[in-house]
Amino acid sequence: MFADYSMSELGAIFAMQGFAGLILFSVFVLMALGLAIIFGQMGVINMAHGEFMILGAYVTYLVSNFFAAYLPALFSAYFFLAMILAFIASGALGLFVEWAMIRHLYKRPLDTLLATWGLSLILQQLYRSIFGAREVGVSIPDWMMGSMPVTDLIEIPINGIFVMVLAVGISLAVYVMMFRSGWGKQVRAINQNRVMAGAVGINTEWTDRMTYGIGCGVAGVAGSAFTMIGSTGPTAGQLYIVDTFLVVVFGGAASLLGTIASAFSISQAQSIMEFFLSGSMAKVLTLLIIVGILMIRPQGLFAMKLRK
Amino acid sequence: MKANALFTRSEMIGFAILACVIFLLLPAVLDTFRLNLFGKYLTYSFVAIGLALCWGAGGILSLGQGVFFGLGGYCMAMFLKLEASTPENTAIQSTPGIPDFMDWNQLTALPWWWEPFHSLTFALFAVVAVPVVFAFIIGVAMFRRRVGGVYFAIITQAFAAILTILIIGQQGFTGGVNGITDLRTLLGWDIRTDEAKETLYYVNGILLFAVLFAAQFVRRSKLGRLLIAMRDQEDRVRFSGYDVASFKIFIFCLGAGFAGIGGAMFTLQVGFMSPTLVGIVPSIEMVIFCAVGGRLSILGAVYGALLVNWAKTTFSESFPELWLFGLGGLFIAVVMAFPNGLAGIWVEKIEPRLLKAFKKSPAPASPAQQSTPAE
Repeated sequence: MFADYSMSELGAIFAMQGFAGLILFSVFVLMALGLAIIFGQMGVINMAHGEFMILGAYVTYLVSNFFAAYLPALFSAYFFLAMILAFIASGALGLFVEWAMIRHLYKRPLDTLLATWGLSLILQQLYRSIFGAREVGVSIPDWMMGSMPVTDLIEIPINGIFVMVLAVGISLAVYVMMFRSGWGKQVRAINQNRVMAGAVGINTEWTDRMTYGIGCGVAGVAGSAFTMIGSTGPTAGQLYIVDTFLVVVFGGAASLLGTIASAFSISQAQSIMEFFLSGSMAKVLTLLIIVGILMIRPQGLFAMKLRK
Repeated sequence: MKANALFTRSEMIGFAILACVIFLLLPAVLDTFRLNLFGKYLTYSFVAIGLALCWGAGGILSLGQGVFFGLGGYCMAMFLKLEASTPENTAIQSTPGIPDFMDWNQLTALPWWWEPFHSLTFALFAVVAVPVVFAFIIGVAMFRRRVGGVYFAIITQAFAAILTILIIGQQGFTGGVNGITDLRTLLGWDIRTDEAKETLYYVNGILLFAVLFAAQFVRRSKLGRLLIAMRDQEDRVRFSGYDVASFKIFIFCLGAGFAGIGGAMFTLQVGFMSPTLVGIVPSIEMVIFCAVGGRLSILGAVYGALLVNWAKTTFSESFPELWLFGLGGLFIAVVMAFPNGLAGIWVEKIEPRLLKAFKKSPAPASPAQQSTPAE
């Protein structure tokens, strides 16, 4: 299969596919980070995670329309406001859902799975009723359009770079929150031993609620970033939920570094295989490899050594 | 009645009532079209019974039951499709004698793994064997390594995704997103006529009772008690010297076999099989059938499948927008308010009152019904 291409063309193909893989990687990381916080630290299966993400995407869509209509002068900067609003909207919904539903189900993880699935159905239908069944696209500002030529053969799209920068930024922010803040310390303490954490004076209920809210908020930001490279429909979230869960499980649920490493390997494997196989076969093969590895190593790539 | 008999008295009454509903009441009040619809719902209850054993009794939540339902259904559909694709029927194709979708996808010969499906015996064997073997492989890989609970659920869900993508992607071999359609006869017997549909409904009902008896037998056996013990305290069962993984693999395979039979009956009654019945969404809906009926009760599973699907048809006919709200709300309500579903409401609320009304002392409920799920 390589015979038809010259060496430099082949190099360019790998570079371009690798870059496409990096964009996919950024999307996976953005989505998986929120899930890694909620699933990894709290053990809650949030099947509605994709819908929290889509909420962020719709918020971005609304903000961009608002700027286009009323503040065209500032249009090139609307995205930063949209991101913050997406975080607040998804986070607030997350806080409410935790209060109304999740906190009653902490002892029944399989039941949270069903309940959040129900929530995701309701949210999907809500989006469909409000925004219509068709996918909506966000008009991205001029400075994000076009692509940057690196060599004669290799070009990389600017919106892709932007999403990557965003993924790195948010990963750093999550890292700082988890490992350098008081809240992060409390979350990790509760994850290790809930009863003891409560006994030393950590307000476990409050911390749980904040954790869930922040996880959902990060999902909202992911959705916001997602609009830069694709369009948004009511069921777009559901397409990614299994991938995202596999990313988190494959990485080792409680490890942020593992999540990033697994997002990287999965996205690279998929996009490089996509060039040589059809898209669906690449996906099947990637998923099979992940499941195969998980069968051999159920704890994932980076497992925390815990005594149970 | 002996304590180790197959049924307690209340269970026997329950079975009898269900038999009356399926064999007498529904055929009497419904026209052929509606009866065929209920036959379709009943095929889902095969899956729900399997889930009641795996999830309710064994604590293994599989989100991939659609895979087994689909595999069983596809095995049946492949046989029927080959029978429908005689060289005479497909004379206009560039390669007569192969299924139409293969011809559309420029295939010129039947793939080798389609060949055995010319035989009905093999197809019927495959309907059960393929899902069971598949479940066995997954089960051995997962349970031997003590993967369970949430991880198992996610991985079975991944399998549902994989199989759907595979079926849709390999259009030439599987019929793609449309599935295998235009099925006509079973050994020359036209399955599309009204009489055939009624006959198939009764065959379906008899098979359902066979599966119910098998499930009841498992539940009342030592295996059934061990399953519940494993669900509640897996380590203690293991320390008592039982091989926990083997029991889990067995019950998972049993559930898969049930689902396969359901899938085959679905194909026969509805006349097609497609990836929309395999994927993540249908698989998780099958869990809600079981949850609504009561995850601990095999009879509840049947009623749950009937009720949810009936509601789905009724609501999506008249208020298509409301149905997803309703289904979503059902998921949340059944988890938050009625974790034991309809069967739980029956056992806790209605049955004691009925017994009081008849002035009898309450019959002891079976141990499976008394225990609550601890997850």
